[in-house]
Amino acid sequence: MGDAFLAVLQVGDATLRVATPLIFCAMAGLLSERSGVIDISLEGKLLASAFAAGCIAAITGSAWLALMAGIAVSVSLAAIHAFACVTHRGNQVVSAVAINFMVSGLTVVLGNAWFRQGGQTPSLDATARFMPITLPLADTIRPVPVLGPIYAELISGHNLLVYVALAAVPLTWWVVNRTRFGLRLRAVGENPHAVDTAGISVTLLRYRAILIGGALVGIGGTYLAIAQNAAFGREMSAGQGYIALAAMIFGKWRPWQAMGACLMFGFLDAVTIRLQGYDIPGIGEIPVQFIQALPYVLTVVLLAGFIGTAMAPKAIGVPYVKER
Amino acid sequence: MSSSAPYVPLPRWVDVGVLPAINLCMALIASGLIVLLVGENPLEAVRWLLIGAFGYEEALGYTLYYTTNFIFTGLAVAVAFHAGLFNIGGEGQAYIGGLGVGLAFLAFDSILPGWLLVPIGIVAAGLFGAGWAFIPAWLQAYRGSHIVITTIMFNFIASALMVYLLVNVLIMPGQMSPETRPFAEAALLPQMHEVLGWFGIETARSPLNLSLVLALLASVGVWAFLWRTPWGYELRAAGQNPRAAVYAGIRTRRLIVTTMCISGMLAGLVAVNEIMGVQHRLILNFTAGTGFAGIAVALMGRNHPVGIILASFLFGVLYQGGAELAFELPRISREMTTAIQGLIILFSGALAYMMRGTLERAWRWLALRFGGVAVPAEGEDHG
Amino acid sequence: MTEGETVTGGGVAGAAPSPPPAIEFRDISKAFGQVQANRAVSLGVPKGEIHGIVGENGAGKSTLMSILYGVYEADSGEVLVNGKPVRIRSSRDAIDCGIGMVHQHFMLVDNFTVLENVVLGAEEGALIESSIEKARAELARLEEEYDLRVDQDAVAGDLPVGQQQRVEILKALFRGAEVLVLDEPTGVLTPQEAKQLFRILDALKEHGTTIILITHKLREIMAVTNSVSVMRGGEIVAVRRTQDTSEEELAELMVGRKVRTGERGEAREAGDVALKVGGLTVRDAQDVARVDNVSFEVKAGEIVCIAGVSGNGQSELLQALAGIMPLNNGEFEAMGRSFSPDHPANPKLMRELGIAHVPEDRIRMGLITDFVASESAILGYQRDPSFLNHMLYRMDYLFGHCRKLMENFDVRPRDPSLRSANFSGGNQQKLILARELERRPDILLVGQPTRGVDIGAIEFIHRQLREYRDAGCAILLVSVELDEVMSLADRILVMFEGRIVGEVDGRTADERTLGLMMANAHEGATDRVTEEARL
Repeated sequence: MGDAFLAVLQVGDATLRVATPLIFCAMAGLLSERSGVIDISLEGKLLASAFAAGCIAAITGSAWLALMAGIAVSVSLAAIHAFACVTHRGNQVVSAVAINFMVSGLTVVLGNAWFRQGGQTPSLDATARFMPITLPLADTIRPVPVLGPIYAELISGHNLLVYVALAAVPLTWWVVNRTRFGLRLRAVGENPHAVDTAGISVTLLRYRAILIGGALVGIGGTYLAIAQNAAFGREMSAGQGYIALAAMIFGKWRPWQAMGACLMFGFLDAVTIRLQGYDIPGIGEIPVQFIQALPYVLTVVLLAGFIGTAMAPKAIGVPYVKER
Repeated sequence: MSSSAPYVPLPRWVDVGVLPAINLCMALIASGLIVLLVGENPLEAVRWLLIGAFGYEEALGYTLYYTTNFIFTGLAVAVAFHAGLFNIGGEGQAYIGGLGVGLAFLAFDSILPGWLLVPIGIVAAGLFGAGWAFIPAWLQAYRGSHIVITTIMFNFIASALMVYLLVNVLIMPGQMSPETRPFAEAALLPQMHEVLGWFGIETARSPLNLSLVLALLASVGVWAFLWRTPWGYELRAAGQNPRAAVYAGIRTRRLIVTTMCISGMLAGLVAVNEIMGVQHRLILNFTAGTGFAGIAVALMGRNHPVGIILASFLFGVLYQGGAELAFELPRISREMTTAIQGLIILFSGALAYMMRGTLERAWRWLALRFGGVAVPAEGEDHG
Repeated sequence: MTEGETVTGGGVAGAAPSPPPAIEFRDISKAFGQVQANRAVSLGVPKGEIHGIVGENGAGKSTLMSILYGVYEADSGEVLVNGKPVRIRSSRDAIDCGIGMVHQHFMLVDNFTVLENVVLGAEEGALIESSIEKARAELARLEEEYDLRVDQDAVAGDLPVGQQQRVEILKALFRGAEVLVLDEPTGVLTPQEAKQLFRILDALKEHGTTIILITHKLREIMAVTNSVSVMRGGEIVAVRRTQDTSEEELAELMVGRKVRTGERGEAREAGDVALKVGGLTVRDAQDVARVDNVSFEVKAGEIVCIAGVSGNGQSELLQALAGIMPLNNGEFEAMGRSFSPDHPANPKLMRELGIAHVPEDRIRMGLITDFVASESAILGYQRDPSFLNHMLYRMDYLFGHCRKLMENFDVRPRDPSLRSANFSGGNQQKLILARELERRPDILLVGQPTRGVDIGAIEFIHRQLREYRDAGCAILLVSVELDEVMSLADRILVMFEGRIVGEVDGRTADERTLGLMMANAHEGATDRVTEEARL
């Protein structure tokens, strides 16, 4: 019994760790898409910021400088995206695909040229990383039945960025629902003409949403390279940007629901490893690939309107042109 | 004539020729800067690239072998684009096309003769690719799901499906690596050096096979389809102006589905080149990003078969030469080609019209300065 | 022809120095390409009055108001607010000058509550909580004062249009608007809603708000305004105190004295009924009846024109008959086939039956600007076997076909390989007409055949339409140009708010009667309000 409980906690723990970059990306995608700009470049920005953080951490040995570099690179890419599809009204999907390609190639090229480790960055010491933090009293409370292990195993012992991710969700919710910026953001994704005639600049608003999203992805990328892992590895984002996009759609463009979807997808990932070679009574062995594909399948099913409806912001994907 | 500033529209050759050339140049200049950043000489890099692509006997064969793949996926993206659809799922469609070939050959290659197997393989590749595109297309047409998102999701689903099948179902018994048994000789496409050998032309061995001919035929076919048949006419009409398409009695939903199936079929044909022409068995990840590269190819080739063949060749040079380049200049990795693709998509796609304003101003200046340029009548439609 | 009136909104001369007008336009001119939308417009709107601006489509009303709200900048001239010159370059500037605008198409965020919509862009501070609360109190006050009742927490998209319009007015008032511009505010309202709106406008006026009301409905002008200006051809042709004028005078001023172009045919015997429409109703996506229980017939060999100010359901009627818009009620018979909601028409079938359609909006529907002329010349007939050799187009034949059409209808330049976008509007229209008439249809549906077309082409097009009529074609023509209607029609039906409000013989029609009918102000006009009250 105790073992089973501990195993559950460990799965929960792993879920959180896997879900962290997804949460950052999902919140970023949410901001961008609520403003009316499709963001398929989450994947590219995530990979780029992971690379930047890995490089800077390796060179300077400072996790904080690495974080700043990760954010800076991701924000720059977001700026390119905004420049192409807000200023020049380019195709939002094309622009994002371009960014994903550039990053996928450049991270390996630059990594190889600078560090000569086949696209990897050098492994980092603990001092150059964000390391697990033991929350106060974790060890004292541990013996307390049920609550103790939950606190010590599940809640305590993550690195700072995991907690930042968890904080980013209520923060995003608050910004979207309680602030002037959020009000305008929600409006511009639904009806940019209403925003424009209310005397607010559509361009500026979209730029801000996209850039803030860039910063969030930057933290996510940093997490990948110097918190969850101890170095940048080629293609280490491995489709997580797309999963986050799916999670955001699955969460119907709302912060809490999107986080729920991230945790669900993270959970699927965490149990995959445990389920391998395991026979579930009555079903038999579930193929790993089935669970891996599940987030995508679920998202498609949702988009098809078979489970509830996913209403995207109305003005999404359409460059704003002042009428008349 | 009127009080407003004279408006001089750009002539077509500037729009179709000069503007894309400028965009491509910007992408290449940016690539050069990256080479500089890495600490190599861009001109040196270009030299090795060209040597790699053309410099020795079998090089051209390799270049054209890559070109073949890009033609298929470029056409796939372009056909969808003409109907106003963005098919990002070429990668998955090509992958599933491979599954079609694999299943067909595993089932029939011991019982049917070669002259029947080859067409069966081609048809299977196309059908499976089309099938994989059918679902997102149907969802877009009848359930309103965003085709970009669903095709992305289908790439991942295809990938998971193929891993599962190759690891658990189709794997050759008694073998560790996840791949099928080799197919019968008769089921394979002849290599180009063999074919040329029949005509007494001696060429070096390379993976280039008869698929190139199929790709060129497909290009002609796509061109004829788009610009010479009523179906292509309706497809383009719906992409250009959906309201006019309705006026013209075109059933747009059905059109979305058929267009995507054609697009998926073209992407699926990548498997003909890779599986029937080169690998001779079904393996993991044989598409290796070809499907995605099709986006860059189509954008660069302006969605026209001629442009696509040219762009595919350029990309073939990049891929094949890139391997040589990475070997000779170790600071530059093969992935440079991916980065260049990205830059091309950015400048030829997302920022395609960034320079148009400047070009228009320059043209107007030239027109006024040197006169003699007819200023066409201004249309009275505005707003 | 311009009336010799001074153009200040009716300030009484000689009295004590009257306060400056709330809004004053001085010599405003604005051109789009070669079209002069506003020509030296000067107009003063006195403070605390309701001022109406009337005019036909394209008279320049909307352009003038767009200049006032910062959507466009005038080419020349200036705008004064309370006597001070101001420069309005964006909506923000206009709002800062105390100008509020209720657009014809509401600018609401559908999934926002009323309060959120009101606060958007007028928030105080970075958090919305306090702004929302302040707005709640302010709206409560406005509700009291002007009887502007709306459920503040309702989602805007769920409200009926009349309520949505109130939200727009509240938005403007919340921003402290002293001048309120309403662009065709009653177009989407039921008569009851319109009555309530006018009560609100009266209350606003009582409290000192200046109101500019743009409309083409003369009855409304007479009912609520203090003064009215009439625009025609981008100019202000008259300004009147409302009490000193009449609907008849305004209608005449609006329409002007039009010269009849072209010869009038003698009375001719029309043939059999070709198109019979009974009780046809078409609703739009918002479930508003755009075509409301319309019945009429068109016989072979006659031109029936549908006159009316645009937006009164003519477009929808035409599209329904062409099989593009579905019917909600009623039926129509054409070429021996009957169509109803259960037996819907479709464009392909209609063409096969010999019913041709020249759409109102040639750029968005009639042709494809990116296609070359020879391609646009087969739009709708793209599967015709005569164009095909097995499965492929016979390109030479297509070019020849296009060249033939171009020669028959004098399309210039005669270049089948030129992109459709590169032809002038008149030549595009001639190409479309050529395409549709070439098949000698039995029924021709035409919308706005000469909109944006130069004079020479207009005459040519009219001549062609008459020729086809004389050859036995049944033509249903929709136009907002009265002179076009009068020079072509054998019979004229006037549409107003989705219904046919009058029928006139084409040979005896006069502008005045038609103008009144278009504003539903003619004798025997049925007012929906009274009609519904009777029921």
